[in-house]
Amino acid sequence: MNPEPKYKLGPSISGVFGFEQKSKIPLPLFICGVSAGFPSPADDYIGQQLDINELLIKNPASTFCVRVAGDSMTGVGINDNDILVVDRSLEPVHGKIIIAAINGELTVKRLVKTDHSCQLVAENSNYPPIDITEEFSCIVWGVVTSVIHQFR
Amino acid sequence: MKKVFALIDCNNFYCSCERLFRPELEGQPIVVLSNNDGCVIARSNEVKALGIKMGDPYFKLKDIIAKHRIQVFSSNYALYGDLSHRVMTILQQQEPEVEVYSIDEAFISLPYTPGKLHTDYARYLKRKVKQCVGIPVAIGIGPTKTLAKVANRLAKKIPDHGGVFDITDHGQIDHLLANYDVEDVWGIGCQSANKLRGRGILTARDLRDADDVWLRKKLTVTGLRTAMELRGISCLPLEMVQADKKSIISSKSFGRPVTTLSDMKEAVATYLSTAAEKLRNQGSVAGSIQVFVTTNPFNPNQPQYAKSMTATLPRPSAHTPTLLKAAVRSLEQIYRAGFQYKKAGVMLTDISPHHLQQESLFGPNTTESMELMAAVDQINKKWGRHTVQLGTAGFEKSWQMVQSHKSPAYTTSWSELPIANGAV
Repeated sequence: MNPEPKYKLGPSISGVFGFEQKSKIPLPLFICGVSAGFPSPADDYIGQQLDINELLIKNPASTFCVRVAGDSMTGVGINDNDILVVDRSLEPVHGKIIIAAINGELTVKRLVKTDHSCQLVAENSNYPPIDITEEFSCIVWGVVTSVIHQFR
Repeated sequence: MKKVFALIDCNNFYCSCERLFRPELEGQPIVVLSNNDGCVIARSNEVKALGIKMGDPYFKLKDIIAKHRIQVFSSNYALYGDLSHRVMTILQQQEPEVEVYSIDEAFISLPYTPGKLHTDYARYLKRKVKQCVGIPVAIGIGPTKTLAKVANRLAKKIPDHGGVFDITDHGQIDHLLANYDVEDVWGIGCQSANKLRGRGILTARDLRDADDVWLRKKLTVTGLRTAMELRGISCLPLEMVQADKKSIISSKSFGRPVTTLSDMKEAVATYLSTAAEKLRNQGSVAGSIQVFVTTNPFNPNQPQYAKSMTATLPRPSAHTPTLLKAAVRSLEQIYRAGFQYKKAGVMLTDISPHHLQQESLFGPNTTESMELMAAVDQINKKWGRHTVQLGTAGFEKSWQMVQSHKSPAYTTSWSELPIANGAV
């Protein structure tokens, strides 16, 4: 049985739609507690504004976002449907999590380089490492710098 | 200090944008189509090799596309615009002076040192753009912009150059220009090329060595300037600040034929809103407004009609309702029922800076609310174009263009991000 809605909508309203937020929202960083009601004594203590972009993106022109499909990197906290922040300007050195194009498909793996071999390693024991050999076409697409995981 | 120019030009830009997020398309033939999937506006090298030309209509290519498994894309300007901006930003981080010449071309200037070429630096820039944005570029360098453009074309055409070519102080410049068709010279259009050919001027070298008086007479000072630039005398400086536009056009083909005046009004109001926003964006006002409508000339079995009309405003304006009133009045006069319209558009002309307006002595006191326009522009900038619009522009817009092969907005929409396969 459906409970009665708290507020009845008039017959002319067919639905309520949300907006997609498109701007950045700077969050004020308070360095003391906040009191309400008075002309704020905290005014003088607002130090700076936090900008999430500043934290996650060092090189905007070379930074792209990529969505993950699959569970091969759960060991480092990269889960299905997470968003990866990828900076193409960084060098893909040994140990970095990278986006690679293997045979034309984008994938996320850890790059493991030794003197004479190169592997793409998953962070999930269900997936064996991929040896990069001549028969593979493998291009490093970019270096992953952060993972964004939203709780739903 | 003497300078040389470098032209950085993205290779098959729209195709390269499509490939960036679809690496499997590397080496595969790709075409990008114009609005409404009408004709070819970008080709990968593989498609050029098949003999498909710029502007070829899509419907005529269906067989060859199927046969060679050519990947077809509708134009995705959100993607191309974003990647273009990234390329230009990388260049601006390397160079203090960058002239953004078009969506996929930029000029920079570099110091001239006799006996020293800039090929190593150009290779570095090329690598940098490829790594940071993923777009391949070619770079041509020369003592003038026109010669940099020549060098750029040669950099792309001759594989040995590896996409970089410096024509400055080149020992065989005579030979290079003698093998360069005059119609491929920057600034020489179809009409000029015909005049030049008529006088036996067939190559860039012929143009360089042509008679100044004749050039000036037949091709005006612009043609003479091009010849001077081919001689290595720089006439066109780096233009850092984009000049305000002298006319603003907003026009598109319809997705389906428009056959009613009310649909046509919606379309004209929508195009006008876009044009007026651009006008306000550059701080200008327009003195007159042209409206045009046309049927599809490629459909000769249908009755044909095309008409335009220009209205002069009592005083220049950037106020959308004022401009729209004039536009609709013109439209009502030129619109004829019984035709299948394919395209309409508006053009704002007689454009001048807003702050130079003279108040009218006898004219009506203006009731135009520019605050309202500013608020509308701000809302639309934040929430997307046409969030707030005039009622006349309609809500269904059923005439809007068809883009059946459009790729996702990979870089500008959270819901369309590229996918990394994490299941291998």
